[in-house]
Amino acid sequence: MADEAVFLLLHNEMVSGVYKSAEQGEVENGRCITKLENMGFRVGQGLIERFTKDTARFKDELDIMKFVCKDFWTTVFKKQIDNLRTNHQGIYVLQDNKFRLLTQISAGKQYLEHASKYLAFTCGLIRGGLSNLGIKSIVTAEVSSMPACKFQVMIQKL
Amino acid sequence: MSRQSNRGTESKKMSSELFTLTYGALVTQLCKDYENDEDVNKQLDKMGYNIGVRLIEDFLARSNVGRCHDFRETADVIAKVAFKMYLGITPSITNWSPAGDEFSLILENNPLVDFVELPDNHSSLIYSNLLCGVLRGALEMVQMAVEAKFVQDTLKGDSVTEIRMRFIRRIEDNLPAGEE
Repeated sequence: MADEAVFLLLHNEMVSGVYKSAEQGEVENGRCITKLENMGFRVGQGLIERFTKDTARFKDELDIMKFVCKDFWTTVFKKQIDNLRTNHQGIYVLQDNKFRLLTQISAGKQYLEHASKYLAFTCGLIRGGLSNLGIKSIVTAEVSSMPACKFQVMIQKL
Repeated sequence: MSRQSNRGTESKKMSSELFTLTYGALVTQLCKDYENDEDVNKQLDKMGYNIGVRLIEDFLARSNVGRCHDFRETADVIAKVAFKMYLGITPSITNWSPAGDEFSLILENNPLVDFVELPDNHSSLIYSNLLCGVLRGALEMVQMAVEAKFVQDTLKGDSVTEIRMRFIRRIEDNLPAGEE
């Protein structure tokens, strides 16, 4: 029953920890984002395993994405994804209008350039969760105005 | 999916697992970044400290606990309110020193170490060292300088996890010159 606050603080500390030990520069920034994303990946894998232990088999890809948007997101972020869009050809866009990890940072365009740091872990989380459900994907995020953000999932057909 | 009935408890359990898993990923990453366990321990302590100085504000806002009058009261609040609130466990308080400035927190089960095993090449890693930093940082914000360290750890084969807390001194506020 770890309180939400603890996870939030831990996540923010992880982000600043990763960046503190790196130097300036475009390459370093990319490396830090990758580190955070990989951490999220591991956590996503483990979490989805625990979570779907007793659930029924998913019918198809869309069913899995809906699960991520409703149950998975509710467990992790205490709310559902506000909007799911797809082109039915392997691209899904998950929109969260009040993303929990960004609400404390700003309400608008301030600090927009730092938003990607706080989204990397969650992108990994989604990618890891999907990976353990048998879906290989690439997950990116974009923010135009905090705390709303969009996660784009591109399914990789093997 | 008709799981309405146990949705509440399940999601609570899951969010503690989220924290546990995230912490695990963090420690793993730190072990990769730093070559030796001592550095990882120090880094965990530092991160814990940073979290602690913020967590105390959240704690004071939520718990409505007043100022503690002595170290015993502090110990009670830490074990019965804070640990319960944030980690869902209530450690027991034992081994008070005769002067009343040291005590032990005994955790029967440590939620941070669910699913964790320490490999042999990391025998001096203090896995849950973040907790020591959190305690130190949080108490410093309420004017207490303390030292916290693990003396027993279930990950290393002990039967319980024990954190030894030692009161060092009260931190006096430095008033600006000219004020009294």
